[in-house]
Amino acid sequence: MNEIPTPASIGLSREDLPNSYIGRSVPRPNVPKLVQGRATYTDDVVLPRMLHAAFLRSPYAHARIVSVDAAAAMQVPGVIRVFTGADIAKVCDPWVAVLAHLKGMKSAPQHPLPLDRATWQGEPVIAVVADSRAAAEDGVAALRVDWDPLPVQVEMETALAPGAVVIHPELGDNLVFTRTALQGEVDAAFAAAHKVVEATFVTGRHTGVTLEPRSIIADYNRADGTLTVHHSTQAPHMMQTVFAKHLRMEESEVRVICKDVGGSFGIKVHVYPDEVAVAAMSRILGRPVKFVADRFESFSSDIHARDHRIKGRIAVDAQGRILGFDIDDLTGIGPYSVYPRTSAIEGNQVVNLCGGPYDFANYRCTTTVVLQNKAPTCQYRAVGHPIATAVTEGLVDLAARAIGMDPIEMRRRNLVRDDAYPFTSPAGMRFEGLSHHASLAKLLEMVPVERIRADQAEQRKKGVYRGLGIAAFIELTNPSPFMYGIGGARISAQDGATVRMDPDGSVVVASGVTEQGQGTEAILAQIVAHGVGVPVNRVKVITGDTQATPYGGGTWACRGAGIGGEAALQSAVALKQQILVVAGAMLQAAPETLDIVLGQVVDKATGAERISLGEIGRIVYFRGDTLPKDLPREFVQTRHFITKEYPFAFTNGIQACWVEVDTATGMVKVLEHWCVEDCGRVINPLLVDEQVRGGIVQGLGGALYEHCVYDADGNLLTTTMADYLVPMSAEMPDIHVGHVETPTKESLLGAKGAGEAGTAGAPGALMNAINDALAPLGAVVTEQPFTPACILRALGTI
Amino acid sequence: MSARVDITLTVNGERVSRSVEARRHLIDFLRIDLGLTGSHAGCEHGVCGACTVRVDGEIVRGCLVLAASLDGAEVTTIEGLTDSGEVADLQDAFVARNAAQCGFCSPGMVMAAADILRHHPAASREEIREHLSGNYCRCTGYQAIVDAVETTLKAREGAR
Repeated sequence: MNEIPTPASIGLSREDLPNSYIGRSVPRPNVPKLVQGRATYTDDVVLPRMLHAAFLRSPYAHARIVSVDAAAAMQVPGVIRVFTGADIAKVCDPWVAVLAHLKGMKSAPQHPLPLDRATWQGEPVIAVVADSRAAAEDGVAALRVDWDPLPVQVEMETALAPGAVVIHPELGDNLVFTRTALQGEVDAAFAAAHKVVEATFVTGRHTGVTLEPRSIIADYNRADGTLTVHHSTQAPHMMQTVFAKHLRMEESEVRVICKDVGGSFGIKVHVYPDEVAVAAMSRILGRPVKFVADRFESFSSDIHARDHRIKGRIAVDAQGRILGFDIDDLTGIGPYSVYPRTSAIEGNQVVNLCGGPYDFANYRCTTTVVLQNKAPTCQYRAVGHPIATAVTEGLVDLAARAIGMDPIEMRRRNLVRDDAYPFTSPAGMRFEGLSHHASLAKLLEMVPVERIRADQAEQRKKGVYRGLGIAAFIELTNPSPFMYGIGGARISAQDGATVRMDPDGSVVVASGVTEQGQGTEAILAQIVAHGVGVPVNRVKVITGDTQATPYGGGTWACRGAGIGGEAALQSAVALKQQILVVAGAMLQAAPETLDIVLGQVVDKATGAERISLGEIGRIVYFRGDTLPKDLPREFVQTRHFITKEYPFAFTNGIQACWVEVDTATGMVKVLEHWCVEDCGRVINPLLVDEQVRGGIVQGLGGALYEHCVYDADGNLLTTTMADYLVPMSAEMPDIHVGHVETPTKESLLGAKGAGEAGTAGAPGALMNAINDALAPLGAVVTEQPFTPACILRALGTI
Repeated sequence: MSARVDITLTVNGERVSRSVEARRHLIDFLRIDLGLTGSHAGCEHGVCGACTVRVDGEIVRGCLVLAASLDGAEVTTIEGLTDSGEVADLQDAFVARNAAQCGFCSPGMVMAAADILRHHPAASREEIREHLSGNYCRCTGYQAIVDAVETTLKAREGAR
């Protein structure tokens, strides 16, 4: 295992090993089309006889639908048909989003369009289909709906209290799921501790704001009984299963095609009722129907995330050793658990991840997941990690302050030792190999701590408050079936790749993982070029088509490189071996004496070129008669990969953030930010660095600006990008990224995930930096987002 | 709501005549009526910048301009800008620096960056960040984009 010769590992320069594409910053072949406007997003696809859908969305957080009058809507020029929940239910079955391994979890059946009651503002209620989107919206405006507003349950804090509005009476209460992890003797440890520090943290509800909104075209063809769905999604095979199951079709009758995707971040891995309604309407109409969410629809019906209130305590001894964490998490997830991954995973992750980087004995963490009349929440980039990291690192910093210890020294004393692996955390997570101390050391090489502390002291004399914060984190990647499959969800943890050589000696790889901008296709090309022995520009990549790629899970939870990449490497190596068998027969040489370098079969000992892959292709495909009759000539090879030893391949990292807080205005300016992360084998350093930077900015956005704000009646107040603020270039700092590499031994490739590390650690590092800045003023902030109002409240100014 | 207006304008150097609904904004006109899908609708209220195009030499939000107001105008989209070769070096820099991930913002970002190249050839890093701060990118964290623009500015200055 892990015997990939890279130039560094065998002491050679890059030039000595031209085939080596692993660890090399090759530019992404996808980018030229993106910057020239030649990409194909779902909304760019136009089909013959295509219709357009628009939805009437509930103006109330909770209301009964008394009656619908569509007569005027049907008179609008261009309008073809109006669909209610009952119309859709004739061809489409509802779903219940629970997972069997989340014990006791419950949720209510959800239809694409509700039959009699809307449960959040923005829920799709009635659909109008017309010959243009504009006409469909005109039709929606002409609908007359008689609503009966009902009492609302908005606050999660009161969702389980006596007198709460029970959103689904058949469930008995608003409790979706609760779980407690318990290890050691928590109460005794806290009672005997030198110091106990506690705080209440809030992570603000926010959302993904993919620049390309959710987009779908469903095309049911009555002639052959097939449904073809062009979909902006991360998981085409999962969606194939969902459409087939709920529209009462065979999976083989459904094809999901996913071309370019304009950002996903977890937003596009869920089942949305309006999108299923579009498929149902196409099924009924026998025509293609397109729906692209507008920005208002994105804010009110894309999944939200991170709506948590966490009470946390930490106990330490006199030497600053952490004795235990005691955490109580509460999260509101909207009126339904989201299908099929469920909305209990985020809270469950908080339980799994709190305290994660540290070596301590006593742990208690409870999550309580409740229903409310707000938009549904579900998995969004770094699911639960930013919450667990902010709580853990916030408490560690507060404890360090309470005992007068430097925060860096506090971490040095408590991070799990680099030689302690394999290691099982108090929460029960198994770590194969992490590098907290090496990462901290690397971070301290990058961050000029002494200079920063001197500057901080100097600035304070002038009334300028600057602060440095750090946050260590762990990240769950390469999930096995333990994430979803064991709970009964048809979500593949396995992925496959088919690699073939065509007559001209070029190579094509078809993979079940998908591309949404991370560079999946680029790294697949690199891995296959490396594995077969061809120049990277001789590899073409196919993803995002259930009819053309091996079955797989798609791209989520940082699995593209680690799972999809390994399947590609193994199939590429198998193809290379097959090519060498054929080449050996042609050249009268033993295959093991030959190698393939940049598209040429060479003598392994001398490097002398013997025959090109193009010539081999010509002979095999067009003059197979000249080859021995029993010679195998399978220039198509498929391999699948699934992790087997560990439920998840954990990664780790550490971030530092340097901020200035304007104590007059409450504005926070991020001056500089650093991250060291260990994603195992780095396949393309350029792409990994940009994943980390993008993730950090997404984390900073959630911690500084982004907030889905509801009023007491459940009205969403932040429905435009002028109200819901996202980070723009002027506010964001330059970010420094470093790496430590601890490859996983589960695969030849050794890659773990890198896409969520930035988002996991940034909010915690930022919070600690702000609190470091405000320390001389005695103010502490723990409620995200850290808006000017939040800062000024902490300072007692307002 | 369906009043129509006849317009004749130049798009990417080609003369175009159409009858458009009065309410049709420029991005829908470009994407739906002309098939120029390189420009994108991201928020349709002028914040995200995905729809940035050039009208009579200045960059505008395509979602805030009505097509009916453009009789006689000269419009350049990412397709035309690319074909002209005006920003080939900038686009190469985006590729080399991986300054695009999902790419949905990229055409608008390139249009806005082209404006820096034309009007602010000596822009500092901070000025580049300021100038691009009307264009939302969720993927990159902006640094690679700023690097690509800065690299292009410096290369052009060196070649001068």
